[in-house]
Amino acid sequence: MNLTLKVWRQKDASSAGKMVTYPAQNISPDMSFLEMIDVVNEGLVKKGEEPIAFDHDCREGICGMCSMFINGRPHGPKQGITTCQLHMRSFKDGDTISIEPWRAKAFPVVKDLVVDRSAFDRIIQAGGYVSVNTGVTIDANAIPIAKDIADEAFDAATCIGCGACVAACKNASAMLFLSAKVSQLALLPQGQVERDKRVERMIDQMEDEGFGSCTNTGACSAECPKEIGQHHIARLNREFITAKISSSNK
Amino acid sequence: MKLDSKIPDGPLAEKWSRHKFNLKLVNPANKRKYDVIVVGTGLAGAAAAASLGELGYNVKAFCFQDSPRRAHSIAAQGGINAAKNYRNDGDSVYRLFYDTVKGGDYRAREANVYRLAEVSVNIIDQCVAQGVPFAREYGGLLDNRSFGGAQVSRTFYARGQTGQQLLLGAYSALSRMVDEGKVKMYARTEMLDLVVIDGHARGIVTRDLVTGAIETHSAHAVLLCTGGYGNVFYLSTNAQGSNVTAAWRAHKKGAFFGNPCFTQIHPTCIPVTGDHQSKLTLMSESLRNDGRVWVPKAAGDKRHPSEIPENERDYFLERKYPSFGNLVPRDVASRNAKEMCDEGRGVGQSGLAVYLDFADSIKRLGENAVRAKYGNLFDMYHQITGENPYKEPMRIYPAVHYTMGGLWVDYNLMTTIPGLYALGEANFSDHGANRLGASALMQGLADGYFVIPYTIGDYLATICPKPVDTTHPEFAAAKKRVEDRIQTLLSIKGTKTVTEYHRELGKIMWEYCGMARNEEGLKKALEMIRSLKADFWKNVNVLGTNEELNQQLERAGRVADFIELGELMVIDALNRDESCGGHFREEFQTEEGEAKRNDTDFCYVAAWEYTGENQPEVLHKEELKFENVKLTQRSYK
Ligand SMILES: Cc1cc2nc3c(=O)[nH]c(=O)nc-3n(C[C@H](O)[C@H](O)[C@H](O)COP(=O)(O)OP(=O)(O)OC[C@H]3O[C@@H](n4cnc5c(N)ncnc54)[C@H](O)[C@@H]3O)c2cc1C
Ligand code: SF4
Ligand code: FES
Repeated sequence: MNLTLKVWRQKDASSAGKMVTYPAQNISPDMSFLEMIDVVNEGLVKKGEEPIAFDHDCREGICGMCSMFINGRPHGPKQGITTCQLHMRSFKDGDTISIEPWRAKAFPVVKDLVVDRSAFDRIIQAGGYVSVNTGVTIDANAIPIAKDIADEAFDAATCIGCGACVAACKNASAMLFLSAKVSQLALLPQGQVERDKRVERMIDQMEDEGFGSCTNTGACSAECPKEIGQHHIARLNREFITAKISSSNK
Repeated sequence: MKLDSKIPDGPLAEKWSRHKFNLKLVNPANKRKYDVIVVGTGLAGAAAAASLGELGYNVKAFCFQDSPRRAHSIAAQGGINAAKNYRNDGDSVYRLFYDTVKGGDYRAREANVYRLAEVSVNIIDQCVAQGVPFAREYGGLLDNRSFGGAQVSRTFYARGQTGQQLLLGAYSALSRMVDEGKVKMYARTEMLDLVVIDGHARGIVTRDLVTGAIETHSAHAVLLCTGGYGNVFYLSTNAQGSNVTAAWRAHKKGAFFGNPCFTQIHPTCIPVTGDHQSKLTLMSESLRNDGRVWVPKAAGDKRHPSEIPENERDYFLERKYPSFGNLVPRDVASRNAKEMCDEGRGVGQSGLAVYLDFADSIKRLGENAVRAKYGNLFDMYHQITGENPYKEPMRIYPAVHYTMGGLWVDYNLMTTIPGLYALGEANFSDHGANRLGASALMQGLADGYFVIPYTIGDYLATICPKPVDTTHPEFAAAKKRVEDRIQTLLSIKGTKTVTEYHRELGKIMWEYCGMARNEEGLKKALEMIRSLKADFWKNVNVLGTNEELNQQLERAGRVADFIELGELMVIDALNRDESCGGHFREEFQTEEGEAKRNDTDFCYVAAWEYTGENQPEVLHKEELKFENVKLTQRSYK
């Protein structure tokens, strides 16, 4: 296949960026999208031009590192997968493909398609955990958890922290990401003790990072590669209200 | 220098408890005066950084990804072993120990493996307490599955994403310590050298991958938790960024490298489709619980699998190994798949694949039950190949997956450089010549949560807690060496790309130091790697500058180190005149084509000492003593 790429190039955080057009030739439909970029990059290096910088690591949809906004959609045209899982057989010979970084105030561009998502780490640091030190002595099976609850907690826990939800949202809200962690821990018995404090602190942190507020458009869930559902946001909202009521009663 | 493994005295089952009692302690008020550097935030590193932070040490943690949560451990699929015996099927600490020593083809230390089996049970407790959502049964208790090389069900799992869930657990513990100010996290920061002062590890040199700033960090101890080096083969199941640089730099500063040639080739990966391929995708070993491996009986049979009747199929693992069947250890399964393809019975376009067929399981359990167990793996396969594994068998072929070799460490996980430790896949310790499935996650977490928090104190208690003197000239000298190397890489301006060198190295390694090796091939490989190295330093093309995010430059440094490591792997493979586990020397096989060990001459760990640029590495031997397990020819028949 032969394609035309329009790619966002930006030297560093403080420079202005622009879209640049590159041909991508002799692309096999079996290639992954990132392998297609590899081929283009090899060609650029051979010509003495700087290759396109992009984030990636596992290349199998689990590390959450890859992050391309392809033809106006985070992780491209297909549902339920990451950029690295997208294959060229999803495109047609002669297509023009636009590739941009995630766009959000809280995710500043570092270079080309690479953005800074450290805000997500700081949200987790604000309470996305159960406070247990290493060396607990309770036997694992002393905490039985009903299978349906465990499964629902698991669905939330599959979030890979990629940020597609933020990139998809017109308000650049991080509610889906946040809700995945809050929901997981709110469902499990281990998460109960810190339940109220957790949700309050994490929401505060999210606001401090400059993410927008949620207006329930549902774009986040629709574009989430792990298909984290909107109902987790509903649970997050309930958690937050309960926490507020109980802290104002104290 | 004489290797001292520091294995404690006493009966096997009491060694670790006794040792813990005998280790020196650091008093709680003093702990905050000690700085500890943890390089890597995978299972080993995140667990260690969090646990040491909790104990009160001052920790600095580093990773090259943009977040500690993305370390390569995230990609582990199938599960983690623990001797809980929740199934009541005869498991025990001793059985897990025994299976691991046997699975490793008797090239691991008994005492280490026993400790690993012993703490395995604590790992599961710890992870559940953190909220790790392991698979459960309807009664609410934890579920298990079986893995290769074992006849009991002791593998705990979280769908096909066990590594992800365990790592997110460790990452959450790490995040809590960052929040409490006990751990300072440096993401997108790569360690490029180790600082050694008066023979002790005292710091590291790093590059900020965004700005290019070269910095030094001091500490009283340095922990390398930097993962394995499978990417020396270019194509492997490892993440793109996985590399040997940290361990290799430490090796060149005096840390011995243990058993570098012991690599694991995983039997169930999606076959290569073309030259563009950048990585290979693993299909978890857990699939061998319900999938049956077969090839056509006749060579060159190119019919569609559905057209090949039952009696013209060869379920070769079930045929050759009736008691373990499809669940033989990885090295055995891989070698047999290669053998079938060598006989011309391979399937698919390239003929380099065998079938992994779920038809019987789907018939027996129903499609939904199969989907519940393996849904995400089936989807992944479908996505990559465009074929539906619910309807036709998967095609699989072996691929490089794990490296049993790594920095040599003693029982305390300390390398031959005092103050420098290696944890997780980066060390050589527990898996001998072949690792059993679901045991790497176990080892990473054992090292990080339950071993290093005890053993590090024994060293720190012997050194003064006053701050490390960063004005020592060695800090500046180490920094200068890193800067010079980068400038050299940038100034060569040759004609070949870093990827071209990496791919070439990978081809040499796979061809001559892969699934099967022989003296002639290895000697040839040695020459080829040496000339590749010389060419690299004359003709590599790295664009851009140091003072920016420069992914070419990052990779160039890593590939340069891989080339040197590749040479040592070949030397090690040449030295080991026997076959054991993942190291299969064609000259040494039984009549039935199984690996033939030579316990008289090679029952040792090969620990290699770097002696200088273009000087031969010196071999040191740590003799392995087996006091509990009898060495036998491994049999899975
Ligand atoms: C696809 C796949 C599936 C697997 N499935 C299983 C399984 O089911 N069960 C099982 O037991 N094992 C499995 N394994 C093996 C297991 O995942 C790994 O052995 C294990 O996770 C390694 O953990 P680690 O902590 O040692 O290193 P890693 O998780 O590899 O972490 C390395 C860390 O070091 C950092 N790092 C490396 N070099 C530098 C440097 N120079 N400077 C700064 N930071 C650096 C990285 O950023 C990263 O944080 C699997 C492996 C693969 C590839
Ligand atoms: S919620 Fe979905 S889109 Fe958002 S970070 Fe998690 S996995 Fe990515
Ligand atoms: S590279 Fe890991 S999710 Fe895409």
